[in-house]
Amino acid sequence: MSFGWAKSYEPKHPLMRWLDERLPLPRLVYGAIGGGYPVPRNLNYWWNFGVLAGIFLTIQIVTGIVLAMWYYASADGAFNSVEHIMRDVNAGWVIRYAHMNGASFFFIATYIHIFRGLYYGSYKAPRELVWMLGLVIYLLMMATAFMGYVLPWGQMSYWGAQVITGFFSAFPLVGEPVRIWLLGGYAPDQAALTRFFSLHYLLPFVIAAVVILHIWALHIPGSNNPTGVDVKDEKDTLPFHPFYTAKDGWFAAAFVLLYALFVYFAPNYLGHPDNYIPANPLSTPAHIVPEWYFWPFYAILRSFTVDFIIPAKLWGVLAMFGSILLLFFLPWLDRSPVRSGSYRPLFKTFFLILVVDVIALGYVGGAPINWWRTALGQLAAAYYFAHFLIILPLISRFETPLPLPNSISESVLHGEKKEAAPVGAPAHSTTVAG
Amino acid sequence: MATKASAEVTDHTEGSDGVRRRDFLNVAAVSFAGVGVVAVALPLIGQMNPPADVLALASTEVDISKIAPGQAIKTVWRKQPVFVRNLTPQEIKAANAVPLSELRDPQSLADRTKPGKSNWLITLGVCTHLGCVPLGTGEGENRGPYGGYFCPCHGSAYDTAARIRQGPAPKNLEVPEYKFVSDTTVQIG
Repeated sequence: MSFGWAKSYEPKHPLMRWLDERLPLPRLVYGAIGGGYPVPRNLNYWWNFGVLAGIFLTIQIVTGIVLAMWYYASADGAFNSVEHIMRDVNAGWVIRYAHMNGASFFFIATYIHIFRGLYYGSYKAPRELVWMLGLVIYLLMMATAFMGYVLPWGQMSYWGAQVITGFFSAFPLVGEPVRIWLLGGYAPDQAALTRFFSLHYLLPFVIAAVVILHIWALHIPGSNNPTGVDVKDEKDTLPFHPFYTAKDGWFAAAFVLLYALFVYFAPNYLGHPDNYIPANPLSTPAHIVPEWYFWPFYAILRSFTVDFIIPAKLWGVLAMFGSILLLFFLPWLDRSPVRSGSYRPLFKTFFLILVVDVIALGYVGGAPINWWRTALGQLAAAYYFAHFLIILPLISRFETPLPLPNSISESVLHGEKKEAAPVGAPAHSTTVAG
Repeated sequence: MATKASAEVTDHTEGSDGVRRRDFLNVAAVSFAGVGVVAVALPLIGQMNPPADVLALASTEVDISKIAPGQAIKTVWRKQPVFVRNLTPQEIKAANAVPLSELRDPQSLADRTKPGKSNWLITLGVCTHLGCVPLGTGEGENRGPYGGYFCPCHGSAYDTAARIRQGPAPKNLEVPEYKFVSDTTVQIG
């Protein structure tokens, strides 16, 4: 699809030829994830997480459809229908735990995938749209996960819905009417639960559609790679099948083992026990927290404690949304022509600080408030914005990157060609063997 | 060029204002379809608003005869908690002692109660930050540093007139519309 040397599909069986002439679906698959898609030969294991995220999307859709056969979206019955799935439905407990933990693992895979893109500069030209479509997927995932968490109608479900829809009331004038419109009432109730269920069922399919666009946009320039250097010729690449199907396959099996460990041995470790208490609109749990994958954003939301021109609450909500929206501008904030962080010493340092910073935000967002955590959260939130808005543009202006390899295959061979060459011979005179 | 120009003359009749018939037809067709889209979208958007049965619960009567001074109850109006508190004279005094200039959302106790009934403080039990239910109605609950209500979610503290004094909430606890039907009955909404 992307490179001149990509093999085109040649059906061998007459039936496949007959099909290919009428509906070239096997041709599409062959060019997308088969032998017809050349991929840089030097991808490391950080590149496995995109496929892995796709696997978890599939797991979520399959387990979710099964759960919807038993779940009952009613303010009186939702909690009990989930308990019914857990206690009475055949294999219901494993399907629900698989769905619960599948959400967490979907986010784990996605976060690693996002940070891989951040480190190796996969958001840079010509992959800006790949990056932006990925952010759209991420936003859709967050909406889907939030609405899914509301469905069991436990205490955390209810108060999560109350707090998250409360974000909208921060906006002056239109905020409160928008909140009431979203909820279909003045507080979360039957109308909100039913519509969340409806949208929770819809959005995964929207995600799947945007995933197709994401992959389509990726396959125009082809995958980035750990050196960030463009593919130059055929010896820089390997066909996706069998090389990367095999590598993705065994790694997926290993990662799914880790997931199974949680599903079978610690199914509630990533959840909150309060969600096993039925929703009570008259009593807020003492410590309400969102699911772990929202903690960094929750910390940013809580960082604003003082009114400054506009109310602190509105600052918090704007900063929280802004923290993701600003990533859409990342391809233009980081102007360095070098993609890979491995060749950018300054960038690499600040990238590691950003990782620590986001982990600190996550810690603050998940823990109860006290004075020093609030201060730490404010510092970390300020640094998050400073990283993208100040530090990255400055680094790309002043940094001297390390020399890049001439090609992917040269970097793969670690200069052996140079070592093997006769003394005094120019470095790039001969072709590299296999 | 010449053939193209002559073709245009023969194909399209152009009015004196320079508008071709085809342009008019295009605009008319798209506008008509646009009106249709709006007509379809309005009910689809409008159905998300609170339905009639939710709106029908928009007023509720509360018996306040059993609430002794210093006590408060939690009741429900429009599916939201409402706090009804019988303030003690000390609490009224404490509320009136605060200068309005010190408040984030300046309102006096008199603004927030009915004339002659300044001991009856009726507010929504919905924190104006993100909608949690503040503590302070039940016996022995944390009433925060200002002796009113305290929200456990993000640490907003309200004073004895349920005005915001500390923490992230921007406004005082909202006073719903209500009236005294009799000395012992309040109608909220």
